[in-house]
Formats: sequence, C-alpha cells, structure tokens
Amino acid sequence: MHSRLFTLAAGAALTLVLATAQAQADKTLVYCSEGSPEGFYPALYTSGTTFDATSRAIYNKLVEFDRGTTQVVPALAESWDISDDGLEYTFHLRSGVKFQSNDAFTPTRDFNADDVVFTFMRQLDPENPYHGVSGGSYEYFNGMDMPNIIKSIEKVDDMTVKFTLNQPEAPMIADLAMDFASIASAEYADAMLEAGTPDAFDQNPIGTGPFQMVRYVPDERIDYVAFDDYWAGRAAIDRLVFLITIDATQRYNKLLAGECHIMPYPNPADVEAMMANPDITVMEQAGLNIGYLAMNTEHAPFDDVRVRQAVSMAIDRDAIIEAVYQGAGVKAKNPIPPTMWSYNDAVVDYEYDPEGAKALLDEAGVSDLKVTLWAMPVQRPYNPNAARMAELMQADLAEVGITAEIVTYEWGEYLERSSKGEHDMVLLGWTGDNGDPDNFLYVLLSCAAANDGPNRARWCNEEFDNLVTQAKQVSDIAERTALYEQAQVVFKEQAPWVTIAHSVVFMPMTNNVQNYLIDPFGGHVFYGVDLAE
Amino acid sequence: MLKFIFRRASLVIPTFLGVTLLTFALVRLVPGDPLEMMAGERGLTPERHAELMAQYGYDRPLLEQYGLYLYELAGGDFGRSVVTKKPVLQEFFERFPATVELALCAMIFAVVIGLPMGILAAVRRGTVLDYAVMGTAVTGFSMPIFWWALLLVLFFSVNLGWTPVSGRLSAVYWVEARTGFMLIDSLLSNEKGAFGSAVSHLILPSVALGTIPLAIIARMTRSSMLEVLNEDYVRTARAKGLSPFRVVTVHALRNALIPVVTVVGLATGILLAGAILTETIFSWPGIGKWLIEAVRRRDYPTVQGGVLLVATIIMLVNLLVDLLYGVINPRIRHASERT
Repeated sequence: MHSRLFTLAAGAALTLVLATAQAQADKTLVYCSEGSPEGFYPALYTSGTTFDATSRAIYNKLVEFDRGTTQVVPALAESWDISDDGLEYTFHLRSGVKFQSNDAFTPTRDFNADDVVFTFMRQLDPENPYHGVSGGSYEYFNGMDMPNIIKSIEKVDDMTVKFTLNQPEAPMIADLAMDFASIASAEYADAMLEAGTPDAFDQNPIGTGPFQMVRYVPDERIDYVAFDDYWAGRAAIDRLVFLITIDATQRYNKLLAGECHIMPYPNPADVEAMMANPDITVMEQAGLNIGYLAMNTEHAPFDDVRVRQAVSMAIDRDAIIEAVYQGAGVKAKNPIPPTMWSYNDAVVDYEYDPEGAKALLDEAGVSDLKVTLWAMPVQRPYNPNAARMAELMQADLAEVGITAEIVTYEWGEYLERSSKGEHDMVLLGWTGDNGDPDNFLYVLLSCAAANDGPNRARWCNEEFDNLVTQAKQVSDIAERTALYEQAQVVFKEQAPWVTIAHSVVFMPMTNNVQNYLIDPFGGHVFYGVDLAE
Repeated sequence: MLKFIFRRASLVIPTFLGVTLLTFALVRLVPGDPLEMMAGERGLTPERHAELMAQYGYDRPLLEQYGLYLYELAGGDFGRSVVTKKPVLQEFFERFPATVELALCAMIFAVVIGLPMGILAAVRRGTVLDYAVMGTAVTGFSMPIFWWALLLVLFFSVNLGWTPVSGRLSAVYWVEARTGFMLIDSLLSNEKGAFGSAVSHLILPSVALGTIPLAIIARMTRSSMLEVLNEDYVRTARAKGLSPFRVVTVHALRNALIPVVTVVGLATGILLAGAILTETIFSWPGIGKWLIEAVRRRDYPTVQGGVLLVATIIMLVNLLVDLLYGVINPRIRHASERT
C-alpha cells in the first residue's frame, strides 16, 4: 500500500516537474496592444483594435489577404467560381478544418457549409435567432452595402456554398476577406442557444484560426494559446499575450524594459530614438491610407473648378509633410495609395505655385475670399496633427489672398457636421478596408456618397461617377484598372480634394522577433511570427 | 446613534436622484452620439442612423427616456453598454476590485509615510527637518501626477529595472480571477512567483497615486499636532515626567488624529472613484479609465450607470467617515442628537 502511494506521489511529482518545465519552455509572444477589444465577435464591431484581438487571431474567412499584402488568397474556401453575369459566386470549401473548443463546447464535426450560411445569415436575416443577440448591429456588413448586394446564400452540399447577388459587385471577393466575414461555428451557436446563453457565443469565441482565446481580463490582458489542430499548421509560438497599454510612452517603456516584444502606434517623436537603439528593430511601411483636404463643392466659390485648382496650387505640401508628418509621410497625388492596384502614376500633380494660384483666382473673379477651414481634434493614422496642418495651410492660403478661419469641434460632432456639409474646407482621411480601389474611389467620391455620406467634398461629377460605377460591375481586372486610371485623371483635373499625404506606419519590436510583416490594412497579425531563442 | 445614521442616510435618496438626472442630462448635452462615434470616418447613412437610434430607444422624447431609465434602475437594471453590449453592472464589478486594491495600497503608503513625517515636523518645529518635510509635502502636493508617474517609471523601471513598467501581473503568469484582487488571487493560485509579481506591479502606481494624499496628510498631521502640543494636558503630561516619546505618541497624537482621520476617509472616497491619470499610465484596469473611455465613446448607459455607482460609493464612504468621526469624537454625535 505504502509503496503504491509512493509511486502515485512520485508520479504526480514528476508530472508536475514536467509540466513546469514545459511551461518554462513555452514561447510566449507579448504584444502591448493600444486598447481593449469591444467584444470577441468581429462582425458586431468596427474597430481595428477589436479585429486584432478577434478576426486576425481566432477566426478565418472564406478568403483572406496574404499576410503583409493586399492580395486575396484562398483560406476556408479552397477555390471559387464566378458566373459570367457576375451574379453567382460558388465557393468550394476546404475539408478537414477543425474548430477550437472550450469548457462549454466541444465540436463534433469539422467546418462545413452550415457554418458559412450561419455566419452570413446572422447578419443578413432579421429572423435569424442570433440576429438580435449582443445588440445585433452589423455596421461593417451594412456599411459595405451587403444587405442590398446579397440576394441569397445557399448550401449546395456540405462543402459548397453559393452566393447570389442582386447586381454585379466586382469587389465582392475582397469584401469577403474583411473582418466582418469571419466564419463562426453554427454548431457552437446552436449549443449556446439551447443552453440559453447566446451571449456566451459572442464573449467566449470559438473559431478555426491559429490562436485560441483562453482568457480576457477587461482593460488588462488577453491570453491566447496556439491551436494545435490549425489547418494551415500550428503557430510557431505557443502563447500570445496582449497586454493592454493605452499610453504610447508606456508602450515604449515596456518595450525598453523587455515587458513586451512588439508595440503598435509609437509616438512620432519617439521613432528616431527607437531607430537609434540597437536593441530595437523598427519596421516601416507606407500605410493604405490618405489624408486630404476636401473642398465643399456646394459652397461658392468651390463650385468653380478654377478655385479648387488654385487652392491645390496654393498649398505647400512638402512643407506640411516635413513639419507635420516629420518625414513619416509620402506626398499624395491620387486619392488611392501607391501600393494599391490601378494607381495611376501618369497623373500630373499640381505644383506649389502661389502666383499661378492667384492668376486662377483672378480669372475666376474671386477676391477677398473668406472661408472656414476645419481641423480634426484628434490624431489619426493618416494625420498626426491636424491643428498644425491647418495653421500651415492658413498661412499658405493667406499668401494668395484667401482668409481661412480655423474651426474645430469635438470628434463626434466634427464627423456629423462635416458629413452634413457645414464646412467650406475640411481636413479628414481614410484607411482602406479591403485593398480594392472601389473602397476609396466609390466610397469617398461617388455621387451616392455625396448626400450626407462620406463624400465630404459633396462632389458629384457625372464622368467620374460613371467610371467608378462601371468598375464595380465588371470583374475583369484589366478592364477595371483602365476605368480606375481614367477616374483618377478626372479627379485630379476636377480637384475636389487637395491630396496631402499617405502616412508611413512604424512597428517597433525587440530584436528577437522574427518574420513579422506589417499589415497594409493597419492590422496586427501574429500567425507566422516566431521568437528567436 | 441610530437617529444619526438615519438622518444621514435619508439624504442619500435625493442625492441619488440628483445624480441620475445630472448624468442623464449632461451626457446628452455633449454633442455626438454613440452610434456616430462608433462609425467614425466611415459614417452612417441618415436612414441607418435613424434606424439604430430607434433600436436603442434614443429617438424617444427625453422625458420618456429618463422615466424608463429610472423605472429600470428601480428594478436593479443598469442597462447594457452600447459599445461592448455587456451589462453595465457586470462591467463595473469586473473593474472595481482593481480600483479598490490600488486605492487602499496608495492610502496605506500615504499614511505610513505621511503620518510620521507630519509628527516629526511638528515635534522638531523650525528645524531643518521641519523645513525639509514641509518642502517635500508642498512639492508632492503640487506635483503633476502624469509627469511624476512617468519619471518614476523611467528611473525605477527603465533605467534600474527594479519594478515593472505597468500592468498588474507579468505576462508569464496565469492567475484565475477569483476575487478580482490580484494580491489575493495570486496567493490563491499555485503559480510560484505570481504574488511577488503582483506586489512589484503595485509599487509605482501606489506611490504615484499616494503622493498627493501623503502631502495632505503630512501637512494636516503637522498643524494638528502643533495645536495639540500647546494644550494644557500635554504640558501636564510633560510635567508629570513622562518620556517625550510617550507624550507625543499617546497624549498628543490621539487627539491630533481626529482631523487626519476625516481627511484620510475623504481622500479614500475620492480614490475609490478611480484615478484616471494613474490608471491610464499604469494600464491599471480600474473604473476611472473605464468611465473616461465611456464618455469618449458617448456610451450613455455606461456613463449613467458608472457615475451613479461611483456616486453611491462616495456617499457610502462619506457616511462611514461621518459615523467614524462620531465614534472618535463623542461631541459630534451628541451635538447632532440634540438638534
């Protein structure tokens, strides 16, 4: 008896020792994130912070962006066919894909067509039992106009799903690579509904992705472990920890003290010191964004193209990039960033020419012009300091005889009032969602967006609008490219915006972080990242 | 005594109503609404905006919204956050222990250092020691917390590497949140070293947060001690030939403590409402940071519910301080009973 007890005790002790050794050998990557996720079901939310913690770690989509690029590649769908009329998308699903599990749920089957249908019907169909769960608003799904685009979603067989559209929508495949399209488990949804806890489905996520969320302490940390059965191969790291650190200076301090390996959004003023530090590697890449000054074409005299061109010539953007972006910006000539397909490099930009601007204003019969110039109250990825930028512009405009009064509002009010067109000139910007030019050119500059929508210039040009609408309806890339290139020429000539800059994204990390790639969409993706011993 | 408690408690209900009305009105006076804040540059179409406003009931007349809010409150329902969709009460209690833990540690730091400083300064009045203590107190009192906290971090965490930069626990440990108090949870867990990590994470935030209360306590103790040291009974005690140490600690300090206790109590109440700057710098998951974020996002239910809960706690603490004051000083109790 004694000896048996002893054996048991020894066995237990050994297990404990091994477990401890295992724990110490774990490769833990610590990411100092900038904020708390709003929740763990990505389709309910719109912030990048939430997507980093959910769709980019826990879930997969039918198609995804190849890491570090804007290229769409197969993920949960192995392949797809598009009908000739552009209305039917048939997806052939990947087999053998496992779902994660937690205390409340263990999957009994692999991923299949039911999961795809459930994911989209939850957002599309008000009758779906999950539609109203957790507040039930799907702003990205709505914002991308999915309820009008999608006619139906059918399961053809277990491994085939067919989407039927109401109208051709060329960016559809890119749209399905976005975060709101993260595929969830229909079986888990049913189980939670049956248990009477549908909220748990959104708070304790189960996906097919590379990392499994094991715990979230609000405002403090999120713990993940590598999902052993991940279909694309287990992650190189064993654990992933998000330490939520709101203050940028403190994120930098934590990096210096070795408390985290990677941090996003450094203070622009700290970047130089980081680059000089031999213990820190700073990666950089031009972001998929644009910072612009929109002129309200409904307010005279900005309805006159000559006045808009004069403003474009009056502003010294090189000086702005130097002073405001502190080198972390690339001068913009088109509304889309240069890394995006169909970027038209042949477009001729307006040169800084105050005399030319004055001549144009004279020609338009404009003198003693007084306008409002709106400056955002917040720092955004595409504009680190709008107030400073507005001051520089004010001085430039004064040179050509335009008196600009700088106006600012609290952020929420700024967005609301500017979308209603109360401004003469407004500073704003955009960060791309899906790498498709449509996401900039149609969303920001079409006639449909001009009526209290995101088109802050309230600019509705028939020629431009026809080009970008047509480009939505053809699926041939070469044809679309030609249409978008032409649209950029029209845009530049009509000058509804002064295109200011595309900002550069910096990612500081410790030297032992390997294979990190900057996501052009501004996300933070840790699958594929490794830590050197 | 009971009558005293009753009188004080009866004031709570009107205050409570006042707070609900004030937060309800203020958060709606601020321009922008939660739906616009969430949409950002992307924006919402006017139709979609109206649809969502209706869904949340924000399109109804304000009086009706307020009535509904009170009705739900009466049933103990604080509503759900517009942003996270979780119940406000749950979100509050997920964060409150962190705030309590930090507030208590900061207060302990302030009392343990501030009290002896004040006594020393009073006893050695007019000496270099007195000036040093009072100089330190004035500096501490006028210290911008943001700057002071970052300075502490740069020196102790980045340069010396003695303390962690921020957070509540090192990323290498996993501790189950049983009570929400990291010191207790880390002791209960079988992770070796977790408790030490929790303690080390508390040091800098406690010092940063405790600096102003420390300065107040030191000054209060000093002036109160000086007053008491001139009293007749202290002279009598000295004349009896008691040791100076005994005179100071037993006869003088006990009486000098009365105003200090009030100050400590009130300061604790304020700290329990959350320390926005300290929590932000040290990534401390408390309620101050949570409320600020809710205001920024116009999360109406969270702001209303959160402020109400904080107000309730401050009222409770003040009540407790009043009662304690009555216990220490019977004259107060009796005075209130006579009226």
